Amino acid sequence: MNGLVWARRRRTAARFWTSYRQNRAGLFGLVVLALFVLTALLAPVLTPDNALSVTRPPGSPLEGPSAEFPLGTDRSGRSMIDMIIWGSRVSLTVGFWATFISIAFGTLFGILAGHFGGWGSSLLMRVTDWFLVMPSLVLGVALAAVLGRSLTTIIVAIGVTSWPTTARLVRAQTLAVEARPYIERARALGGGHLHVMSNHVLPNVMPIVLAQTTLMVGSAILTESTFAFLGLGDPTTASWGATIQAARDVGAVSSRMWWYILPPGIAIVLVVLAFTLVGRAIEGVLNPKLRERRG
Amino acid sequence: MADSALPTAPVPQLAQSVRDRSGVRRRFRYYGEKLGGSLVSLFAVILTSFFLFRIIPGDPVRTMTHGRPVSIEQQEQLRREFGLDRPLAEQFWSYLTGVLRLDFGDSFQFNRPVTELIGDRLWPTVLLVGTSVLVSAALGLWLGVRCAWNHGSLGDRVNTGVALTLWSVPSFWLGLILIVIFASELGWFPTSGMESTGVEGWERIPDLAHHMVLPLVTLVAVVYAQYLMIMRSSLLDEMGSDYIVTARAKGLRDVIVRRRHAVPNALLPTVTLIFVNLGFVVFGAVLVETIFSWPGLGQLFYSGLSVPDLPLVQGLFILFSAAVILMNLIADLLYPVLDPRVRP
Repeated sequence: MNGLVWARRRRTAARFWTSYRQNRAGLFGLVVLALFVLTALLAPVLTPDNALSVTRPPGSPLEGPSAEFPLGTDRSGRSMIDMIIWGSRVSLTVGFWATFISIAFGTLFGILAGHFGGWGSSLLMRVTDWFLVMPSLVLGVALAAVLGRSLTTIIVAIGVTSWPTTARLVRAQTLAVEARPYIERARALGGGHLHVMSNHVLPNVMPIVLAQTTLMVGSAILTESTFAFLGLGDPTTASWGATIQAARDVGAVSSRMWWYILPPGIAIVLVVLAFTLVGRAIEGVLNPKLRERRG
Repeated sequence: MADSALPTAPVPQLAQSVRDRSGVRRRFRYYGEKLGGSLVSLFAVILTSFFLFRIIPGDPVRTMTHGRPVSIEQQEQLRREFGLDRPLAEQFWSYLTGVLRLDFGDSFQFNRPVTELIGDRLWPTVLLVGTSVLVSAALGLWLGVRCAWNHGSLGDRVNTGVALTLWSVPSFWLGLILIVIFASELGWFPTSGMESTGVEGWERIPDLAHHMVLPLVTLVAVVYAQYLMIMRSSLLDEMGSDYIVTARAKGLRDVIVRRRHAVPNALLPTVTLIFVNLGFVVFGAVLVETIFSWPGLGQLFYSGLSVPDLPLVQGLFILFSAAVILMNLIADLLYPVLDPRVRP
């Protein structure tokens, strides 16, 4: 029985991949993501030990590009390349954790509300309405300002303000799945609430959640850079947004230090774009209506 | 936009009036529900803001005076001023009546009533945000229609690609880059502010426009992609419909099919989005105004955050939320007017 299920899942995954491969933009996004994840994982290997040290920096402050520092140095004399490499860790960490909070809560509450219905469901709808109406980024900024400055605060602020969108999506999908006859069959055979939710609803909701997850990581990274730029992040972490803020602080804009401003921004654009492209490609595979109609 | 657009069969006079009355009642109920929902949301925002800014920090006075030497007496004084020594229910009541009278207290850093500060800064933000919404909606819808109509073409792929890339750009970074290129390097536009000193009379209008170009371009660039994508997918959806096939079969010109048949139907979801999207635009405005020193509410919010100036941030939080709620309400009320199918 279990073997059969796995064989079927393997086949589905293979079909998914065949379909995904046809989206060139999606493949590009996937490659870019792989490169960034690899960079983040290998950061300690790729950079010297004192790469992030302010007291014992490898170079002198605000050097222009040279053979030793291809992208110059920042205000403390740290190589910009190393800053970008370490920044990928911060951005991906925040992106993944914030999305994890958002997706976990959103999926849990979405399935519960969709499955049980009744007043709990209406209450959830009201709560999500309320979150959707409040400018979530303003709420996030306020929350971050109130909770103090740290990476955890930013993660919590992004997660807390973005879960309702997921919950709505999951609830709608749960309602659609529960209307199908095989759910009735499972119930007739004696399947309880937990069985129906975990064995039938969850696997059917997962694909949509996956697409939502990739899109959300991208926007979470964008939000993180914004929060860091607004000075709400931990001042000691070298996130890309914080690096841009530091560049602005030392007057890189008026003194035209392009090597200080351009690289962190380009890194953000690349990562966010990659997540968006992958998310759209997954959506396209799952919902053929969205795929390009040709001819 | 009246009911007369629908062909109605001749109905006896009595039945007609009964139907009208129930229709009116239904319409009233629809509008009443939407209005009530907005009021509930507004109350929720006011409640949230009370707890967010008073309960979470534990001691607001310590948060406010964070990192500054303040004597015990001064702290006590502040506590009394903000009414923090009174019971919670009483605090909430005075806060609520204050908010309803549009009294958000005095700003901590400017020593002026928050309402006065907001009044001073309102107009520049309305000007910038309003113009940017109009421009980005027009641009996004126009490009979206073109992309969808020629979907799969080179133009479509380039436009979608550019839009998605710009959507991934942090607005503050784009603003800095634009300043470096067009203000510092080329000197075409001023780097910051809203007007030059010493400009009087009618000269002020071109001067203002000159100052507004770069902030406007930044805001439009990061926002228009959403309109483009929604319009594109919405129109693609419509293009598969039977009525489009019929219109083409009648021998109508391509332009007519697009303008009179497809676009009006595809416009609906996009129009709603323009209103609903305001929260996102407001946040963009905070960053763009900060970067360009545009003397609006966004810059005020930023200066409140860095202190942190709680009464100011709280007042702006309520104001921004209320603006979004109002826009959502307008979208809800406008929808039945635009789409007779959902007319209550």
